[in-house]
Amino acid sequence: MTTTGSDQNKAPGSTGGAVGMNVRDSIRQPLWLLAELTYACPLQCPYCSNPMDFASVKKELTTEEWINVFRQAREMGATQLGLSGGEPLTRPDLIELIREARNLGFYTNLITSGVGLNADKAKEFKEAGLDHIQVSFQASSEDLNNLIAGTDAFQHKIEMAKAVKAAGYPMVLCFVTHRQNIDKIDEILDLAINLDADYVELATTQYYGWAMHNRDQLLPMKEQLVRAEAIAHEYQEKQKGNMKIYYVVPDYYEDRPKACMNGWGNVFLTVTPDGTALPCHAARELPGMELPNVKDLSIKEIWEGSNDFNRFRGFDWMKEPCRSCDEKEKDFGGCRCQAYMLTGDPAMADPVCTKSPDHHLILEAIENGRQEAEKPADIAKPLVFRNPKNSKEICGL
Amino acid sequence: MTDRIFNADTTPVLALGYRFQWEPAQDCYVLLYPEGMVKLNPAAGEILKRVSEKKQTVGELIAELKEAFNGADLDDDVYQFLEEAHDNDWIRPE
Repeated sequence: MTTTGSDQNKAPGSTGGAVGMNVRDSIRQPLWLLAELTYACPLQCPYCSNPMDFASVKKELTTEEWINVFRQAREMGATQLGLSGGEPLTRPDLIELIREARNLGFYTNLITSGVGLNADKAKEFKEAGLDHIQVSFQASSEDLNNLIAGTDAFQHKIEMAKAVKAAGYPMVLCFVTHRQNIDKIDEILDLAINLDADYVELATTQYYGWAMHNRDQLLPMKEQLVRAEAIAHEYQEKQKGNMKIYYVVPDYYEDRPKACMNGWGNVFLTVTPDGTALPCHAARELPGMELPNVKDLSIKEIWEGSNDFNRFRGFDWMKEPCRSCDEKEKDFGGCRCQAYMLTGDPAMADPVCTKSPDHHLILEAIENGRQEAEKPADIAKPLVFRNPKNSKEICGL
Repeated sequence: MTDRIFNADTTPVLALGYRFQWEPAQDCYVLLYPEGMVKLNPAAGEILKRVSEKKQTVGELIAELKEAFNGADLDDDVYQFLEEAHDNDWIRPE
């Protein structure tokens, strides 16, 4: 990989030292641009990964500003563009953004709830060059789906999944699983089979943003996971050659952390609705972030030179047990945001790792979830739904 | 090996949702698909370029490759690659 030979790289904030050649040489190009076009969303999913204070973001990037971001990221070598949110369909200029992105050569992915989509739009987007629409479901049944989504969208989603396929896209469904729907995994997969889906992602809830706030109510129990995993594997076998099923074990129940973002500042770039560039969509909440904005700096300056993107690149920032760990090149010490949320220090090992001195925090979270699950319904903590009212109340906006 | 999918008369096409293109930044041909990318080596790139550009049978595709590469004996390599590409769900017989 060729990066510039210029001296744009500053010292990463975490070490205070000069960036050695090893770090600069390890800067690769961004491959993935996640464009969070908006925080507006008609749904209120309590596991949303948007920041809790999303209601404080008022001004979204303009059409021209987004296109400028796309062009720069594409020039640096990004191939995958995720059009996400919030609900990207609330942007009236979505079709224009799709057209420009496709002309630039991106593989364009629309990540949507399906609310706001119709068959004509699916066709128009296709003509504009959209490659792929991922429709998210909250559950397999109308009642549960609508309860979790905080709106009655289920029937519409079914229609939209069909419309996506009819318009010539692969049908890609995403079910976000958690304690309240994971026992229905067979129904979820039967629904996908009935819809003739091409890909099904059983995406386990990741505990960031609103999901972290609702963790006690969402974290599944071990026995639920064992059962769900067995069922998922059984369907994977049966559907071989027809429907691809992706099933990922929640990291809270793993012994080693996930290779979060494939490494910090390695391949992944998020741009939020107001133009803040982040190494991952949760990183805004870390302390000491400078939060560079695409309105002030070029993507290249941000990617190669910003303190934020250099902060956890390479291995120099690591503490023990990661620093001397022979698995550090495999998982990069896990997730910086999870390390911060649970331990208060983003440079610690991800507590998911059994080698972490903080691993007990994960076990305690699992135990708290179990105690919450065993409470009778009338005294159980209610789910806090993701909406502007709750955002303002909780964050004191 | 299981049964072969492709023979001289089969027409291979890219699977639904797959796109083939040259990536200057990678200096190679790539296959793009929902949220993923495969970097192709030069030989795989030459084969899939011909799969994606126009509909033709494997026989025609091999003839075209032979012409482009000085009559090289590449039948077995092409068949082997097509079967692998099919196993990976990149292509399907039309």
